[in-house]
Amino acid sequence: MPNDSRDKILRRIREALTTAAPARHRAQSTEPTHPATDWLPSVPPDPAARLAQFEQNCAALKTELILCTDEGALATALAGLAKENAWESLATHDFEMGRQPVAALNLPTLRTDQPYEVPDLERCDVGISGCDALISQTGGILVTATSAGGRALSVLPPHHVVIASADQLVGDLSDAFAVLREKYGTIPAFASFITGPSRTGDIERILVLGAHGPKKLTVLLLWKE
Amino acid sequence: MSTQSQQFHRDADRLTHDLTHRSFIQRALGGYYLKRDQEKSRYTDWQRARASASAAKYEAINHLDKYLLELTGKLEARGTKVFWAADGEEASDYIAAVARGAGVRRIIKSKTMTGEEIHLGPALEKAGMEVVESDLGEFIVQLREEAPYHIVFPSMHLTRGQINETFQEKLGSPSADTPEELTMIARGVMRKKYCEADMGISGANFAVAETGHISITENEGNARLSTTLPRVLVSLVGIEKVVPKLEDLALLLPMLATAGAGQNMTCYNTLLGGPRQPGETDGPTEFHVVLLDNRRTTLLADAEQRDALHCIRCGACLNVCPIFKNIGGHAYGTTYQGPIGSVITPHLRGLQSWKHLSFSSSLCGACTEACPVKIDLHHHLLQNRRNAISQKPVWWEKPIFLGFAFFMRRPFLYRFAAPMLRIFGPVLHAIRGQIFDPARLWTGTRDLPPAPARSFKEFWKSRDAKR
Repeated sequence: MPNDSRDKILRRIREALTTAAPARHRAQSTEPTHPATDWLPSVPPDPAARLAQFEQNCAALKTELILCTDEGALATALAGLAKENAWESLATHDFEMGRQPVAALNLPTLRTDQPYEVPDLERCDVGISGCDALISQTGGILVTATSAGGRALSVLPPHHVVIASADQLVGDLSDAFAVLREKYGTIPAFASFITGPSRTGDIERILVLGAHGPKKLTVLLLWKE
Repeated sequence: MSTQSQQFHRDADRLTHDLTHRSFIQRALGGYYLKRDQEKSRYTDWQRARASASAAKYEAINHLDKYLLELTGKLEARGTKVFWAADGEEASDYIAAVARGAGVRRIIKSKTMTGEEIHLGPALEKAGMEVVESDLGEFIVQLREEAPYHIVFPSMHLTRGQINETFQEKLGSPSADTPEELTMIARGVMRKKYCEADMGISGANFAVAETGHISITENEGNARLSTTLPRVLVSLVGIEKVVPKLEDLALLLPMLATAGAGQNMTCYNTLLGGPRQPGETDGPTEFHVVLLDNRRTTLLADAEQRDALHCIRCGACLNVCPIFKNIGGHAYGTTYQGPIGSVITPHLRGLQSWKHLSFSSSLCGACTEACPVKIDLHHHLLQNRRNAISQKPVWWEKPIFLGFAFFMRRPFLYRFAAPMLRIFGPVLHAIRGQIFDPARLWTGTRDLPPAPARSFKEFWKSRDAKR
């Protein structure tokens, strides 16, 4: 193994920093009175308005959002998706909200929270997972290995279905980080914000969905009135 | 003139005359302007967001040693191996050694401009590994054996027809004529590659010192797959990518998306803080983070331009630059194109060889205005010009200005010269831009107005006489 240049680089950095940056680099940057996130798109405090913002963002991102008023409706919606998309196999993990509706589909099932083989997951028609939070400001979904059955379940199958509940909807990324800290006491080794189905604009800047990750993203949101 | 400068002038000249190329690039950017402005207008205050983003990067860069050590400690605590590389060769050698040590044969790479900077792909191929780019744009330019055209949109200069030809020729795929069909061809090829690869290589958009995570921003999902499926993962991170706090990402991630691609948020923003942890069922079992200097500390030592290290590589300055829009990305001959490339390349690769980029600017300031972290780009171009000239003065400039001063202090000289211009004007017109014209570099691309029938002085005199 080649030798590490840590000390050399640190020495160069410290030498460089003996000269202070000109005041103008800093003067234009200081804004001590507000948290920086105040300047981002605003997030309404009221839950119903937040839901409306989340819905609007999902529509723009082409994320399919299905609101379910109770557990029964959620199971029906999931069964509807299975039929509509002609799923023949699915991958999932054990999580409370998904347990019954997924079992009710009665399809060949791969569990990714137990040791599994990647090619088996690649062959599944859909990955069904939970999440840690939904973000109304961006229309995003926060997943970790614990909440979403590992690192690959939410990105390898061509369709990703997220099952979430109303209390998981938060305002912005900062709130989502707070959820992680509270839930795990630390930020886990893997966390990802998913904001819409996989996309690319690399050919003539024209939007195509499903570049490498899921072509479809569906959120089933349990929202009891 | 350096060979880099000759190449630049030749390519720039050819491309500015290529109207098809120009209109294609400008049409592609038209959609970006629209979406960027829509997203910016949703911000409560874009200007204050910029100031705050700048403050976060200022803090990181001006305490770089502290934050890099914090980052390293936190990464190592979760079982990540951190390697500090002084230059590109050290980084490539280390990654090749890791690959050999782990018996790696196939490597899948997600987009990393830092990797382009140190020519990592070719170095690993030379070491006997198969290296495949997974980002669609990068994959296309890799097949065509071209350099990326733009730091964010590597294949934006290619039409679907050209991409179709490349795919047919290199992949043997059936002819396709929509971006969707072409994307699906690449998707099919790449799916196999992800599952077969033993090693994934990624870059990083940010590295969070507080929690010990790298953050990767992407739209396609290729970086998530490349960092999840292979058993060994290496992330190449420029030392300037560090930010102090996780909270900084709550601001920087949306701003990167808006400035870079006119999005509210990029599709996948992934935090990676370690290899597979106890209780996890997937993810790499080995995770290496390579922290790369490669003359970033030289730029750091130039306090005046230190804020160029605040750059988050969003590409916004390229997209608004009148030079970029006319000459395109390849003419620069650099890893980083556009204004930011013109500013930092002289620091990374030598001022005298790359100073011509700083001179090729109208100094309009569009870049500075577009920059989400408020880098004073167009003044840095001026400072590069000043530094280049004071380091290596142009011998004939001083005598010319002395002569000019001599002339301007003596009115009788220019009273005599003005009528001369009227007499010799037609001669100057006849030779304009040709080999006999001593001022051809200037006059070759500019109009020479005809000398007026009488000078202002004469006009003023006659006006007085009439009164």
